[in-house]
Amino acid sequence: MSDLFLLALQLSDSTIRLATPLVLAAMAGLFCERSGVVDIALEGKMLGAAFAAASAAAVTNSALVGLGAGILFAMALAMVHGFACITNRGDQVVSGMALNIVVAGLGPTLADAWFGQAGRTPLLGDSARFTGIDLPLAETLRPIPVLGPIYAEVISGHNILVYVAALAVPAVAWVVYRTRFGLRLRAVGENPSAVDTAGISVTAMRYKALLVTGLLCGIAGSYFSIAHSASFIRDMTAGKGYLALAALIFGKWRPVPAVMACLLFAFADAVQVRLQGVPLPLLGTIPTQAIQALPYLATVLLLAGFVGRAVAPKAIGIPYVKER
Amino acid sequence: MAASAADPRAGLLTPLADRPPAIALSGIDKRFGPVHANKAIELAIPAGTIHGIIGENGAGKSTLMNILYGYYTADRGEIRIDGQPVKIASTQDAIAAGIGMVHQHFMLVEPFTVLENVLLGAEGGFTLKAGMAKARAELAALERDYGLEVDLDARIADLPVGIQQRVEILKALFRGARILILDEPTGVLTPQEADHLFRILRHLRDQGRTVVLITHKLREIMAATDNVSVMRQGAMVAHRRTAETTREELAELMVGRKVLLRVEKAPAKPGRTVLEVKDLVVRDANGVVRVKGVSFDVRAGEIVGIAGVAGNGQSELLEALAGIRPIERGTVTINGQPLASFGLSRPTGLGHVPEDRLRMGLLRHFSASENAILGYQDRPGYSHHGFLDLAGIVRLCRGWMRSYDVRPENTELQAQSFSGGNQQKLVLARELEHDPGLLLVGQPTRGVDIGAIEFIHKRLIAMRDAGKAVLLVSVELDEIRSLADRILVMFDGAFTGELPGGEAEERRIGLLMAGITEAAA
Repeated sequence: MSDLFLLALQLSDSTIRLATPLVLAAMAGLFCERSGVVDIALEGKMLGAAFAAASAAAVTNSALVGLGAGILFAMALAMVHGFACITNRGDQVVSGMALNIVVAGLGPTLADAWFGQAGRTPLLGDSARFTGIDLPLAETLRPIPVLGPIYAEVISGHNILVYVAALAVPAVAWVVYRTRFGLRLRAVGENPSAVDTAGISVTAMRYKALLVTGLLCGIAGSYFSIAHSASFIRDMTAGKGYLALAALIFGKWRPVPAVMACLLFAFADAVQVRLQGVPLPLLGTIPTQAIQALPYLATVLLLAGFVGRAVAPKAIGIPYVKER
Repeated sequence: MAASAADPRAGLLTPLADRPPAIALSGIDKRFGPVHANKAIELAIPAGTIHGIIGENGAGKSTLMNILYGYYTADRGEIRIDGQPVKIASTQDAIAAGIGMVHQHFMLVEPFTVLENVLLGAEGGFTLKAGMAKARAELAALERDYGLEVDLDARIADLPVGIQQRVEILKALFRGARILILDEPTGVLTPQEADHLFRILRHLRDQGRTVVLITHKLREIMAATDNVSVMRQGAMVAHRRTAETTREELAELMVGRKVLLRVEKAPAKPGRTVLEVKDLVVRDANGVVRVKGVSFDVRAGEIVGIAGVAGNGQSELLEALAGIRPIERGTVTINGQPLASFGLSRPTGLGHVPEDRLRMGLLRHFSASENAILGYQDRPGYSHHGFLDLAGIVRLCRGWMRSYDVRPENTELQAQSFSGGNQQKLVLARELEHDPGLLLVGQPTRGVDIGAIEFIHKRLIAMRDAGKAVLLVSVELDEIRSLADRILVMFDGAFTGELPGGEAEERRIGLLMAGITEAAA
């Protein structure tokens, strides 16, 4: 096997690992934003879920209970956002930012109080987290040239949440474009008055959308602390929520293009990890910080240069008030 | 008339013997805070008729219909549909009771297809597939029965407004509406499209459905309805059979006093050319060419009217002439001086009453007196040594409010607190009282009551008679016909014809508005 092929395999593998929370969060954001509510709090919901999942898993020693706690907490945060923005017609960006700030402080503080480990949760054993699953026949097929290693290294061996994320994409696309819920979701973000006069509650639709957002953010957040790593640490989501939001906008609020953007960002992240401390031809060794900025730089460039005019759902950001 | 105002039941139409009234309202009452929008409304609409409800803006027509459609709930009162008392607490209840509504602003999702819009709220199952197939068949039948041809797979954003309106009607029929309410349905239509709409409505009536037409246009009541009810200031003041009433009577009932429907004016005495436009090309904000090389002039002492359906380049033309939209090609001269030579400032002697008074004519959070000098604040007399002469400005504004009958006569009230008609009179006062040689007027009576319309029309005629050049852009055909001395018809950025004012035949203007010139016809 050539070195280059090996490198490609390794990069693909880590791209998938890094893309998982982005994909889940982007799908989460899609529901919220398509319903007409700005969701800048993807970050906060993920971080909150990461903390809740790690705590619950540490106490019960069960990954499933951890995942459940992560999902419930993220949904609760989504409902707070809904109460502020839908029921009380508050400013959606302010509410989202407030959630982000509250969660950023709440996690480490509670972790400190409960576990006394300087803002972290205890390290989880294998039964308390989602570990890699070898897909059937992974070893048997490995000798097949090219496809065998791809199957064994890139497709197989991830934890269950990675496969959940992969399945979430077609599921979201199906729900959004082929179901009654999806039709109403798309309509309520474009013209809530049309939805209202069709005899559908705008408020109920938006709350439902936010619940789905909470669910998916919960899975994304849990991935950080009980699948990808084995504990919660301060700021462990590291801006991935914002990156997911950027991917959503880059994908013009459509599931498949948004996932493509997530993969692109994740790939930049994977390259970044490989490049740390590696001397480059002509440039020499680039400072780690500069390399770590790569995915974010890619975001800025893409959003500024290549998206063209992203047409947002027309009613996004505007609280719904019946006209007189 | 006095008797009918005192007794709201007087003149109630007796239902046909074999069917109870489709809609019977009794004692409907609704308040929004201090505003008493509907006062103990009594109304019976016979089944299988077209019933007009007419009244000025703010008379409570739309509130009443929104109560019927479950958008608001009444504070008191009873609703009967086909003789059965019903409680309509939500839009869903109304749809279930067989009521459909076509709103003034269409309730359509623009990026959706026609089919998706019709399906919204009536999907018929968790997935869309089965419902879509069923809807296609049902809609095909409805289209055939009522002459409502629409391409089901077209996107709403790509359809002209007349077709969008058909989609709204289809939506209501698809939900099984036996009673169809239309709120100001012709505002966006050409006269021909309006006539087509009325044919559809008659068709619906002949099939036994009941149609309620809400409008402030007398013409439509006379043209399309069987019976008419008049509202004024939240109260139902009269019911008439359309065949037994006249426009004059209805106007008087609406306003509460005698109204002059036709503007009295002497023949124009045009003088020298004030505004000269040559091969003007203008792009809109999105870079689309909206004015495609038009040439015309306006002379002192005449009103030139530009007729056309909204969105055919009139707005861009007006803005370009006012110097607030860049000119792509062509020349504009005002009193012999090129428009370009004025740079970014307003050409001297130009008055501009913009189409959208709240977006361009007024600062809604500024007081009436501040708005009264807006755009003229640099004039000598309004300030001394860089400080505004506030007392003088207030005095001036109060005088204008008196002579233009702006109510309430409070110079400190924010512009947004006045009604549409009073806002318009405030803008008009500012632009007319600064004595322009050329006046550009866009939609001077949009959202303005009949009483105020009469006043505004008289003022514009007075400007003309004082030897000013007036360019009037309006989508109200009646307004153009009664004010303009010459009519230019605009379609798709170009003039399709010029007609003399006054006797211009409505049908001919209508055809030109649709882009059909004599040569093509």
